[in-house]
Amino acid sequence: MTSVLLIEDDPLVRRSLELALGRYGYTMITAATGENGLSRFTEEAPDIVVLDLMLPGIDGFEVCRRLRLDSQAPIIMLTARTDDLDVVGGLEAGADDYVVKPVQPAVLDARIRAVLRRAVSDLDGVRSHGSLRIDTESLTVTLGGAPVPMTPTELRLLLTLSRSPGRVFSRQQLLEEVWGHGYLGDSRLVDNGIMRLRAKIEDDPAHPEYVQTVRGFGYRFGPV
Amino acid sequence: MFVLIAVLGASAAAWAGAQYASRALTDSSQQQHADALVAQVTAAAPTVEYPPSRDALDQLRAAVGPHALAVYQDAQSASGIFIAQDGLITSDLRDAVANATAPGGTFTQRVMVEDTPWVVIGAPVMLTAPDGTRSPSGVEVYRAQDLSPVDADIDALTRAAIGTSALVLPVAVLLALLASRTVLAPVRRLRTTARRLADGDLNARTHPRGVDELAQLTSTVNEMAESLQQSMVSMARIQDDARRFAADVSHELRTPLSTLTAAVEVLDDAFQHRSAPHPGTDASTSTDTDAAQESARMALVETRRLVRLVEDIMEIARFDAGTAAMRLEPTDLLALARDCVRSRGWTQDVTLTSPEGADLVVQADRRRLDVVLANLVGNARRHGAPPVRIAFSAAPDAVEVTVADSGPGIGEDVLPRIFTRFYKADAARTRSHGSGLGLAIAWENTALHGGSLTAANTPDGGAQFTMWLPRAGSTPEGEER
Repeated sequence: MTSVLLIEDDPLVRRSLELALGRYGYTMITAATGENGLSRFTEEAPDIVVLDLMLPGIDGFEVCRRLRLDSQAPIIMLTARTDDLDVVGGLEAGADDYVVKPVQPAVLDARIRAVLRRAVSDLDGVRSHGSLRIDTESLTVTLGGAPVPMTPTELRLLLTLSRSPGRVFSRQQLLEEVWGHGYLGDSRLVDNGIMRLRAKIEDDPAHPEYVQTVRGFGYRFGPV
Repeated sequence: MFVLIAVLGASAAAWAGAQYASRALTDSSQQQHADALVAQVTAAAPTVEYPPSRDALDQLRAAVGPHALAVYQDAQSASGIFIAQDGLITSDLRDAVANATAPGGTFTQRVMVEDTPWVVIGAPVMLTAPDGTRSPSGVEVYRAQDLSPVDADIDALTRAAIGTSALVLPVAVLLALLASRTVLAPVRRLRTTARRLADGDLNARTHPRGVDELAQLTSTVNEMAESLQQSMVSMARIQDDARRFAADVSHELRTPLSTLTAAVEVLDDAFQHRSAPHPGTDASTSTDTDAAQESARMALVETRRLVRLVEDIMEIARFDAGTAAMRLEPTDLLALARDCVRSRGWTQDVTLTSPEGADLVVQADRRRLDVVLANLVGNARRHGAPPVRIAFSAAPDAVEVTVADSGPGIGEDVLPRIFTRFYKADAARTRSHGSGLGLAIAWENTALHGGSLTAANTPDGGAQFTMWLPRAGSTPEGEER
């Protein structure tokens, strides 16, 4: 069973989401503060974190950053504010996706499943590009022999792009393939995902070798 | 531009001066000759007998000067230029002299003789009868005068004027440049400042120098910029507040809606399960019912909160729009406070003290003051600790009500922002019972009465709110928070 750590300070929101998501078959772990959430994460090692951004004590952004220090578990942000600063800040802090309150439990369930989905792979063995090796069977990535830890979203993004080196993917295509979002998705998810991916595999993320920007269209893998 | 005007001005002045001087010179020279002629004729006339003989005319002509002509009917005696040049005397001049009746009159005519300017002056010789009346004798005397010396003078004068101009012009230009430095430079600086202001740089200022009109104008522009800057700052603050308020409203509404959305889905799910149980789910009926019951309870709590929140937001919106209506009537604050406490069942926790026989009647909107008091007492019971003390003091023109509790008081960092909308003392923004608008609404309601609401801590540590209300219940003069 998939375990979900829900970090939300409002008791009613926390409890109602706990009940509602529980009915989708998730094992629910809850925390009311960021500090408590971090320790619960260490104790329970949940499969995914649903994180409210506005928290007493350390806020959601900080929780996100601290989780990302040594974990690749997917993080979905919950935000009650529609200002873009929240969304951008959360994505930059390492969140994989976000939902805006009030969220329908069915939608949250779909997002959780999309983020946790196993990376789509053609199982075509090892793709080697320069010093980057992508093993599509063991789903591991090494750079110059050293393993590169990746979140499921980053891995899916890399696998999707590297499946057809040289092909340009639009943000919309990536949103659908990697995030499972419909046509109203937020392209900032893609841009932030690319940014995090580059930070992990590029020597100089400002002058990327593997993941290239095609201005006005989207992104392309290589050619290396 | 300024320099050009100055140069033109100086030249024009020099030229006009020369012209004026030359005309004056010509005029005075003509007058001189005319006066001389009159004096000579007057002196010679008595010795002439009438009708004059040829000798008499010669004599008269000789008395007048080297270039002279004496005429009597057909006889004439000429000398100098009058012999050499015929037709010096135009018929106009001749008629004017012949028909002159007034004594002492002279007539002049300028003529050019071989490029030399001459002036011809004519005068009639008058007869004086024994009874003193004077009449024309028919004798006319003309005298011609070479004007070349005068012209030479004028030429010299013009040359002098040109010379002076040439000398003065650089000085004038210099002065103009200097003037443009001292007069135009400040104008230019002011213009630059005005342009910067127009472009939105509200920090632009010109330092005023001196005490002239320009300095005054500069000061005025500075003042204008200052007040513009201030109103921009306060506009920006209002905009900022509005934006923050909108964001807060969004957040405050979305949170209870989150609970409702989740709870209602659980409820819906539970009812569908009851009517048509899913074969795949192993959720037992009892946990289903438990979850449904809990969700229903949460939905109810959140709905009530939501209703209250929406009402408070609407109230705030009315304050902001200036459409909050007041129904003023004479109101006894002690009675109002007693009713407020009793109707909410708080009598146990609240003590009311008022000075003996004090007049506590003010013009007020009862409903609004009830809201204020209920909020203050409710806050005191919730955040502070009982007993809550409501005390009154009366002044001739105002009444003061204090609500104090026995709790830990208000943090120093919280005090300045206690009336801020949605501001919550616990930084978590965790929702307590209120909407987060109660104190803001209380403050607005007091202000609507022309009064004030302030927060402080009592010496023994509790929180104390002081509401000051003018008896007249007038509208406030200022609404600075």
